[in-house]
Amino acid sequence: MEPYAREELLACCIARLIRDARHVAVGAASPIPATGVFLSKALNNKKLRISLLHKRQGNAFTEGSRELFDLAGQGRIDLFFLGGAQIDGEANINLVRAEGKRFPGSFGSAFMYFAAGRTILFREEHSKRVLAPKVDFISAPGWSPPGVERRGGPQALLTGKALFVWQKDKRRFRLESVHPGHTVREIREQTGFDYDVAPECAVTAAPSAEELRLMRNEVRTEILANYPEFAARVWPSS
Amino acid sequence: MKALSSNSTSFLSDADAVAAQIPDGAFLGLPPDYSMPSMAVVHALIRRKARNLKLLGVPVLGLSADLLIGAGCVAEVESSAVSLGEAGLAPRFTEAVEKNLLKVKDATCPAIHTALQATEKGVPFMPLRGVIGSDLVALRPDWKIIENPLKEKDPILLIPAIQPDIALFHARWADEAGNVWIGRRKELATIAHASRTCYVTYEEQRPGDMLEDELLAPGVLNSVYVSGVAQAKRGAWPLSVAGVYGIDDAHLSLYAKAAKTKQGFQRYLEEYVWNHTPEKNSSPAASRA
Repeated sequence: MEPYAREELLACCIARLIRDARHVAVGAASPIPATGVFLSKALNNKKLRISLLHKRQGNAFTEGSRELFDLAGQGRIDLFFLGGAQIDGEANINLVRAEGKRFPGSFGSAFMYFAAGRTILFREEHSKRVLAPKVDFISAPGWSPPGVERRGGPQALLTGKALFVWQKDKRRFRLESVHPGHTVREIREQTGFDYDVAPECAVTAAPSAEELRLMRNEVRTEILANYPEFAARVWPSS
Repeated sequence: MKALSSNSTSFLSDADAVAAQIPDGAFLGLPPDYSMPSMAVVHALIRRKARNLKLLGVPVLGLSADLLIGAGCVAEVESSAVSLGEAGLAPRFTEAVEKNLLKVKDATCPAIHTALQATEKGVPFMPLRGVIGSDLVALRPDWKIIENPLKEKDPILLIPAIQPDIALFHARWADEAGNVWIGRRKELATIAHASRTCYVTYEEQRPGDMLEDELLAPGVLNSVYVSGVAQAKRGAWPLSVAGVYGIDDAHLSLYAKAAKTKQGFQRYLEEYVWNHTPEKNSSPAASRA
């Protein structure tokens, strides 16, 4: 099997979660999600529309930064990505403050988590500090009671060590796969919240030869334009 | 407070002359780092030792706010986030909040756009979907959840209109009529429409009236909203003006590192704000537009 970078594995996990989305928006400072989205398009979703917010040259919007939120509000964004200084077992995310530390702020999360068709939570650090029993501040709630209008919510939580899927009916995560080099037991020890484990829970599938070929060629070209440092680090020119 | 700007635009001599129009205590509407803050006026406000400013981030803030906060110009920030983007946390903002030296009104991006759109339309509030269940609602007694009066059992959030005293930003062009070209950065128009007054620095002056040019007009902010303009070449540096100069990533990293400590921040101000020169305060020629 061909060697691959950790970032390539994570991007493959994201590509596999995108399925039949028609329009994906990717926020700032998100090179791994962006790589996954471009890989999905190259692999099996040729008509996928990708809106990179904060694209340096040319971007999809002509109505300023509010256009993204208006598009999402109408239901024109199928998939979005969010992270968090803390994420808890009810899929609540915290972008404001924890343990006396101040983080940048909630950005558009309190709206996008409701309005996008689905959201992939992505945070590389997998620790009890980040995957907390309960977030110190809810920037955006993982679920809403009946009666509160909400189009979408979490689909999955991807970390540097594992992939969880969200079970909407049970309001709980389920461990789906553990990345190579980590164990189910280690994940339990390093996760602050309780979760289910899928009976078929396995090792996350390594990138295929085709996935690697696409990432290192056409996907790399797309990523280089907006995330030059990331591209140079993951794919040093060969 | 001054009347709404509505007739003629003043042509001011430079960024320092703009800073002189911004009184202590003013409520300033500012764009994010990717949408042309007037860094020239931010520097001039620090030189003028402005105090007790209230900043509104539309919808987020970065370097402009971090500089003003570190220099002691700011009493309160309302924003959806304050960060240096890929250069990391905004160090002066972060320290000021952690030490309880700065009042912060946390928001979420579409709430700020919605609040300004309400002011644009002259209505007292506008509804916004989502947000219910976020702790932001509890922190914001000015936000209200009501039952949708047109449908049963449908709670919805109301956001009150926000009217900044002054909209402040940079643009590529101003013309002889006082119109300003903002291109696709329409959030700048929203800030200007919703603010009582608006000051803009620009790269170059164009002759005539851009509203008479069918290709330029859709990107023009009508001078009816513009109280004053002043030329400031490279006035967004180290941030970018699309199509003219790119973001100076190396300088942002330098700032992020320097501003980690109060002493480093003061040294940065000495170098780039108090003893600024056009050569130092300029984007490298190689940066991408």
